[in-house]
Amino acid sequence: MRAAIGVTGQFAAVDELLTGQENLQLMADLVRLSSGEANRVVTGLLERFDLTESAQKLASTYSGGMRRKLDLAMTLVGRPEIIFLDEPTAGLDPRSRRTMWDIIRQLVADGVTIFLTTQYLDEADRLADRIAVLDQGHLVAQGTPGELKRQIPGSYVRLRFGGDLEADSAMRLLTGSTRDDEDDLIVRVPGDGGAKSVRALLNQLDDHSIEVEEFSVHTPDLDDVFLTLTGHASTKENAR
Amino acid sequence: MSTDATIMLRRNFKHTVRNPVTVFNAVLFPIVLLLMFVYVIGGAFDVGVKYVDYLTPGMIILTICYGLSGTAVAVNSDMTKGIINRFKVMDISRSAVLSAHVVETMLRSLVAIAAIIGVAFAMGFRPHASFPEWLGAIGLIAGVSFAASWLTVALGLAAKSPESAGMAAVPLILLPFLSSAIVPAATMAAGVRQFAEYQSFTPIIETLRGLLTGEPSASKAISAIAWCAGIALVGYLWSLATFKKRA
Repeated sequence: MRAAIGVTGQFAAVDELLTGQENLQLMADLVRLSSGEANRVVTGLLERFDLTESAQKLASTYSGGMRRKLDLAMTLVGRPEIIFLDEPTAGLDPRSRRTMWDIIRQLVADGVTIFLTTQYLDEADRLADRIAVLDQGHLVAQGTPGELKRQIPGSYVRLRFGGDLEADSAMRLLTGSTRDDEDDLIVRVPGDGGAKSVRALLNQLDDHSIEVEEFSVHTPDLDDVFLTLTGHASTKENAR
Repeated sequence: MSTDATIMLRRNFKHTVRNPVTVFNAVLFPIVLLLMFVYVIGGAFDVGVKYVDYLTPGMIILTICYGLSGTAVAVNSDMTKGIINRFKVMDISRSAVLSAHVVETMLRSLVAIAAIIGVAFAMGFRPHASFPEWLGAIGLIAGVSFAASWLTVALGLAAKSPESAGMAAVPLILLPFLSSAIVPAATMAAGVRQFAEYQSFTPIIETLRGLLTGEPSASKAISAIAWCAGIALVGYLWSLATFKKRA
């Protein structure tokens, strides 16, 4: 049972006094690969994770992103069918994060089931087939990213005005509009954000000589879902 | 066929040879001490026999102790630097991680002891042990190393950080100084003398000294073996209990 499961924690569980290659070799020894197969697997993983050049350097000299990659590579030596990834991209720079995403997508394409926890909701949106939202240890919602987004009010147009007078007039004119919580000069108008409805909205304001300084269309993302569901910051988890 | 323990042992060896501090503390520092005691300080001592003959058995035990801090740090690093979490989920024999540390520490001490005996010979150390007495001496050295290693593994497991683990092993280095290792206990001040006479290292060192000079004492040997067995048992049980709690 344990052989089928791999775990990669938030803090890279690599041996800092061994080289990248020796770390992988250690794993290969521990899962009792024959020496020929171990060579093949270790070389393959080093190439796949772009670590071949650093293979002979001690893991203590690796950057955060390299450590994460080595960490995940070590987990893959045993060819697990289910992998638990605990915040695999926490603290990584944008490039390393994208590399990690590509690796995760590749694993899923190969048929591996991945349970991934993350605080970054865009990451969950990009990677996950199914998402479970946890708040204070309780499951508050689950479903596909699309299903979750449908649970909260749809997209809206944000209008920013030059002064209170314009904002008040716009509020009276536009049904269903609300003030932004953070900025009194911003009014939110529900709508799908399509070109046609935006043009109609701007024309309507124009007819009443209400000048709009700027506008933007906001479509709901998982951050909104999370904030709506919990009302405060916490962790979330998703599985695919 | 490699077992979990031998795989772990290979890993520990790589760690040791890459850590100059451990090698220095375990091998070179005891030699420096031996040179200092014999050539600098020892001239002022009158212990009844040639000083290098008196000191060498004590230095052998002290060498075992100097190798321990590296072990405590290594054991603690395994626990605190995350790698243990990987071993935990990999279905690896739990005792393999700890026993590999013990075996590695013992082998490292044997190398260091061979070096110190070599240097002592060069400095005029002339033991009068017969072949069975040499075997007894080697057995005793292995026993002391085994016992001290398990106790050190327990100290390393119990410590909060690698730094405090290194400190936790310091009393084990100081204890031989408060025994008959360097000078006879009888020459020490009251209080210290009683402590030196009754603490574990004195019978151990006296037994080793007796074996190497060809005058072994059975009663001291029994006491030495009892101390080793007791320390090993305490260290082993304490290690397992702490390991279960932490890993």
